[in-house]
Amino acid sequence: MKDTSHINPLENEAIYIFREVAAQFERPVLLFSGGKDSITLVRLAQKAFWPAKIPFPLMHIDTGHNFPETIEFRDRLVKELGLDLIVRNVQDSIDQGKVKEESGKYSSRNALQTTTLLDAIEEFKFDACIGGARRDEEKARAKERIFSVRDDFGQWDEKNQRPELFDMLNGQIELGQNVRVFPISNWTELDVWSYIEKEKMEIPSIYFAHKRKVFLRDGLISSHSEYVFQEEDEEVLERMVRFRTVGDMSCTAAVFSEASDIEAVVQEIRDSTLSERGARIDDKRSEAAMEKRKQQGYF
Amino acid sequence: MEVLKIATAGSVDDGKSTLIGRLLYDTKSLTTDKLEAIEKTSKQKGYDYLDFSLATDGLVAEREQGITIDVAHIYFSTANKSYIIADTPGHVEYTRNMVTGASTSQAAIILIDARKGVIEQTNRHFFINNLLRIKEVVIAINKMDLVDFSEEKYNAIKVDFEELMSKRDYKDQKITFIPVSALKGDNVVNKSINMPWYDGETLLEHLEGLNMAAVSNVGTPRFPVQYVVRPKTDEHHDFRGFAGKVYGGELSVGDEVIALPSQTKSKIKEIYFYNKKYQTAARRSSVTITLEDEINLSRGDMLVKAGDLPTVEKQFTATISWMDSKKLMTGNKYVVQHGVNKVLAKVDNIHHKIRPDYSGIDEEVDGLGMNDIAKVTFKLNKPIFYDAFVDHRTNGSFILIDTQSNNTVGAGFIAP
Repeated sequence: MKDTSHINPLENEAIYIFREVAAQFERPVLLFSGGKDSITLVRLAQKAFWPAKIPFPLMHIDTGHNFPETIEFRDRLVKELGLDLIVRNVQDSIDQGKVKEESGKYSSRNALQTTTLLDAIEEFKFDACIGGARRDEEKARAKERIFSVRDDFGQWDEKNQRPELFDMLNGQIELGQNVRVFPISNWTELDVWSYIEKEKMEIPSIYFAHKRKVFLRDGLISSHSEYVFQEEDEEVLERMVRFRTVGDMSCTAAVFSEASDIEAVVQEIRDSTLSERGARIDDKRSEAAMEKRKQQGYF
Repeated sequence: MEVLKIATAGSVDDGKSTLIGRLLYDTKSLTTDKLEAIEKTSKQKGYDYLDFSLATDGLVAEREQGITIDVAHIYFSTANKSYIIADTPGHVEYTRNMVTGASTSQAAIILIDARKGVIEQTNRHFFINNLLRIKEVVIAINKMDLVDFSEEKYNAIKVDFEELMSKRDYKDQKITFIPVSALKGDNVVNKSINMPWYDGETLLEHLEGLNMAAVSNVGTPRFPVQYVVRPKTDEHHDFRGFAGKVYGGELSVGDEVIALPSQTKSKIKEIYFYNKKYQTAARRSSVTITLEDEINLSRGDMLVKAGDLPTVEKQFTATISWMDSKKLMTGNKYVVQHGVNKVLAKVDNIHHKIRPDYSGIDEEVDGLGMNDIAKVTFKLNKPIFYDAFVDHRTNGSFILIDTQSNNTVGAGFIAP
């Protein structure tokens, strides 16, 4: 029988995009959060350039409020694959007075990442930033290009985007501009999970069901942690939960789950009636929350 | 896994977004939280029904104006296929959006408002799908609920559309008519009880039944070199692989190939996908190829099978779709991006322009404006290796880039 294991169209498209980035840009960087999407990007980049090593570094914008499991995973992955990792901290931006820590019940460092990211892009003169955003995640992202041009201020002009035809990617930019690149634009959440299962990829343990101290607010399950503001009447419970998306602790809500291995997780996603970003507290701020953040230079 | 990309086309208010929303809703692809958001907003706006277009209109300006501005991609899947729908808006930059959406699609849905029938825009939508060689086209006659689900009305529109079909030059295109009501859900996913006279498939049944091999444009294999992989490590000291995507057909180990532009002959030694070797590289796979001989190849060069050469020329004539507000004039210079290859091009001659109402051509042309479609000859600063678009959808297409703004300002389809 003919071996056709190499013809998954989404995987081939992503590999093609990675190679276009390496060929068209001088200083690309892969934005790495330690989440499943960026871990998938690393695997695809490995495939694109094998047997050569990935020809660009990874960069993590660390809010300082990450799940410790994610950071531990990040450091192990980088070491095992011999990758270059750059870390820039939101705490530094706060200390330098560039951004102000939010306060109150819904405070989060999620939006503050944008300033730290834009500063890092300028510091290293990155001309292409590769991210794991997918069009199925959120309706403003559904309009995003694969090569998405950002101006000198890192801003996204959503009404004036370059058309993308065939699979030709136009990466021509002026000095000072940069391009955000989204190789898994056309993947769905289920595609990513199925790929993780097929490739037997390792992911941080918080994606699997575990016992955790949580509290309930507005129908969402938040982690009980020193980084997350909690009212006195919000009771701490211990429950079996897992995370569907991994961001900053203050903006990522858990789901009740017993899915303790990848097979069970894939099945759970298949059966779910709630969208992935339904558990993102940052998107609930308003209907246009994501579009507004993107205009300002968010991932 | 099969992935079917579909472009949609319709005029403002033909109900395109509603149709897509309906497909999502009836295939249970809308999650509870998204559905709740739609219910809430529909209620706020005082509608009697759920406004499914809210599922796809993602930008603030779109929701405010109730129209779709930019191409959006929508995803859903069934047990046997994954679907990607390009929702292409029908006004201002209509041609640009339609051509963009159709350029990556294997199938198209053209919407017709049953009350209005075949109008000028229908003509345009069909013309573009023809130009882009979309093999499978569904004509969804929508809003049947507003014409009392009338069979006579449906048949009259069908007759009008068949008149358009008789004039097309691409005869391999398969066309299917389906009467639907996107708003009420008739014949989208579920069979209509209001149109017992229609015994054909519902829209989803039809899409599910499409054979992917039959809707793909297969040609002759072309392998543009995207990136040269040189690890320079102890383990792979002499490895020199050519990374790229195989277009048109397959390539196998042992195939005799010719490198362009050098015309050097060699043989395929190995085909890698990641760290695994394969005997054959399938169409559209992103592989890395090594050759028997040490030959000079870099990005933009091309490997083709011996005896199957493309045209190698310093000029070509093409049908182009112009997408910029700044006019294209004879003598202007642009960058032509042909696959991964870039050359400088000069507009040599604008032969004619398609009339905006598609009634014919105008030969007296004073430059091209936004949405114009025209036949143009370009002179290039170096030769490129191309096929006619009708023979090879990938190797016969290109984009035009403005040398000052760097924007993508046009798309082209090389003439035979």
